[in-house]
Amino acid sequence: MNALKFLFAAYIATWVIHAFYLGTIVHRFKKLHQQLKDLGKK
Amino acid sequence: MKRAFTIFSLVTAILLVYGLYQALVAAPTERTMGDVQRIFYYHVPSAWTAFCLFFTNLIASIVYLATKKIKADALAVASAEVGVVFCTIVLVTGPIWARPVWGIWWTWDVRLTTTLVLWLIYVAYLVLRRFSDTAQTPILAAVLSIFGALDVPLVYFSIWFFRTQHPQPVMGKGGSLDPRMLHAFLINLLAFTCFGIMVCWARYRLEMLHREVEEAHAMESLGTSSSNEASLPLSRSSR
Repeated sequence: MNALKFLFAAYIATWVIHAFYLGTIVHRFKKLHQQLKDLGKK
Repeated sequence: MKRAFTIFSLVTAILLVYGLYQALVAAPTERTMGDVQRIFYYHVPSAWTAFCLFFTNLIASIVYLATKKIKADALAVASAEVGVVFCTIVLVTGPIWARPVWGIWWTWDVRLTTTLVLWLIYVAYLVLRRFSDTAQTPILAAVLSIFGALDVPLVYFSIWFFRTQHPQPVMGKGGSLDPRMLHAFLINLLAFTCFGIMVCWARYRLEMLHREVEEAHAMESLGTSSSNEASLPLSRSSR
């Protein structure tokens, strides 16, 4: 049971880090697309 | 290009799900460590992917220094950032494995310390890229990345050169692995490599878009300043 706790902690930590990083990439993409759109309007 | 990225992402997702199934269900439980050993299926592929990305960063940096091509610099930034993410996972999953097996979270062992130093070097690289905005920054960063890459073989070979607490590789060098364990490991190695390429690809596109926006901003401010200059004599004469 104790081993499983560590195993799941490692797997969850891995995917939380990846999800967070992918989230920041998507956020930055959206921000840049918006900036590009605003520049096009001017 | 967008379609190729979508197909590649889909294949990567399938591989990751299959890899997860192999690691948690299909692979047999190791006799001495028990289920904790399954961390190995994520820890080692993450380290491999980080090394590949740092190697990509090294090649891109050398190409940038030789040719000054913007695409090479963008690839260097992208691979360094994604490499740091994978290296972070190595530094997080390692101690989680070590706690139940060694009884401690961390020890200043050569393998662990050189990995931490590697992570710090590439974090320094990213800090340099983020907060310095001069024309010399890409050149300085490329030189730093070449020095950083020197740490990669040191991390890899440290378990042979020094006495270390870190486990020795079970494949090659006379070691053997259960075929089901080997299968689970290889699937995860492939899945994580594809995932690393996919994320690096996305980050590269982001970097190119960022440069496009910066260029558009520069063009706009140039246009504004030239129109201001054109209207300057008028405003002066109107005074």
